[in-house]
Amino acid sequence: MEVTREPLPGAGDFRARQLLSRDMLRGDLEGEALDRYVEERVMTTTLDKAVAWARGNSFYPMTFGLACCAIEMMSIVGARMDIARFGFEAFRASPRQADLLILSGRVSIKMAPVIRRIYDQMLEPKWAISMGACCSSMGVFNNYALVPSDKFMPVDVHVPGCPPRPEALAHGILRLREKVQGTEKQGWRERYDAVGTEEVLTSGDTDGVQINVQPGDTAGA
Amino acid sequence: MPDATGLELTAQELRDADAESILGTVFHRGQATLLVNPSSVHGVLERLQSKGYSFLASLHGCDYYPEEPRLGVLYELLDMDSVDRITVKARVHTDAPRLASVVDMFPGADFPEREVFDMFGVVFDGHPDMRRILMPEDYEGHPQRRDFPIGGEPVLFTYNEERSYGKWQ
Repeated sequence: MEVTREPLPGAGDFRARQLLSRDMLRGDLEGEALDRYVEERVMTTTLDKAVAWARGNSFYPMTFGLACCAIEMMSIVGARMDIARFGFEAFRASPRQADLLILSGRVSIKMAPVIRRIYDQMLEPKWAISMGACCSSMGVFNNYALVPSDKFMPVDVHVPGCPPRPEALAHGILRLREKVQGTEKQGWRERYDAVGTEEVLTSGDTDGVQINVQPGDTAGA
Repeated sequence: MPDATGLELTAQELRDADAESILGTVFHRGQATLLVNPSSVHGVLERLQSKGYSFLASLHGCDYYPEEPRLGVLYELLDMDSVDRITVKARVHTDAPRLASVVDMFPGADFPEREVFDMFGVVFDGHPDMRRILMPEDYEGHPQRRDFPIGGEPVLFTYNEERSYGKWQ
């Protein structure tokens, strides 16, 4: 078989651009040539978009582990998931320096005020990820000791699992990045075109109806 | 473990010192248990300690609902020299659950006694710091009692999201 070699498309163009850059750096470029040079190389955007892009690519998570999910949270910084690829690896030991709180594990009633305080100490803008079944819905510990995290602080992303694998948490962080950067895809409702099918009961409907209420529960909080 | 005979001998020895102290003995699957009058727990543990049971391996509570007296407090003692274990069990009623603290003899009983108080509501007289250890200080009730309701905070779903205390933006 005959091998034919061809120059890469645009290779000559590349050399021309190289020489142009050299001229610009030397200050030899003037007038119209300089204008065209700048026009070709400057990208315009809004400040909000630039800031959101920077924020979304440099989360500083809080070093804060609650239970077994924390082990999975630690492993996302390791070599296999390597969250440093996305710029999220700098775990900060102080809430003043962090802007992402990953609730990794079960939240007991006694711990809830502590977490709320840590969250309040974080500087704006700040986000929170509720990781695992326990701190989203109390998981297997539906008893006197625990409280779901939505009850005492705003949560941006819930990552389900018991515990979620590091991939799942990385996915959660990437979804949070989408949210921060304004390209938010909320979840399965948008994916499956199911907006408007929420089972929200108006207060009038619920007087006689109790959904998912077990003995000992307070109906619907 | 002391065998069944050894358990009876120990019980008799304690009865000789205080006739009211021992209510009975149970020897079940190699485990020796002394049922002790709640008012003489401190004296019995003191005598057992001087006999060689110098290590309090565990102190925990139990709820025997609907039996009466409902609450039980179990002291697991260990003799380190002869590797003997003995269980001391005291039963108290829920209307006046009081026992003498053994922190003066076994300093390690400090936190377990607070936990038994927290979870079962047994008050230990003479404890230096008798308050809750696990639950928040303003918590009401003793959650490990068997008449404590099962189930906790209702979980937020979309159907009750609108009525939660904090509807977050």
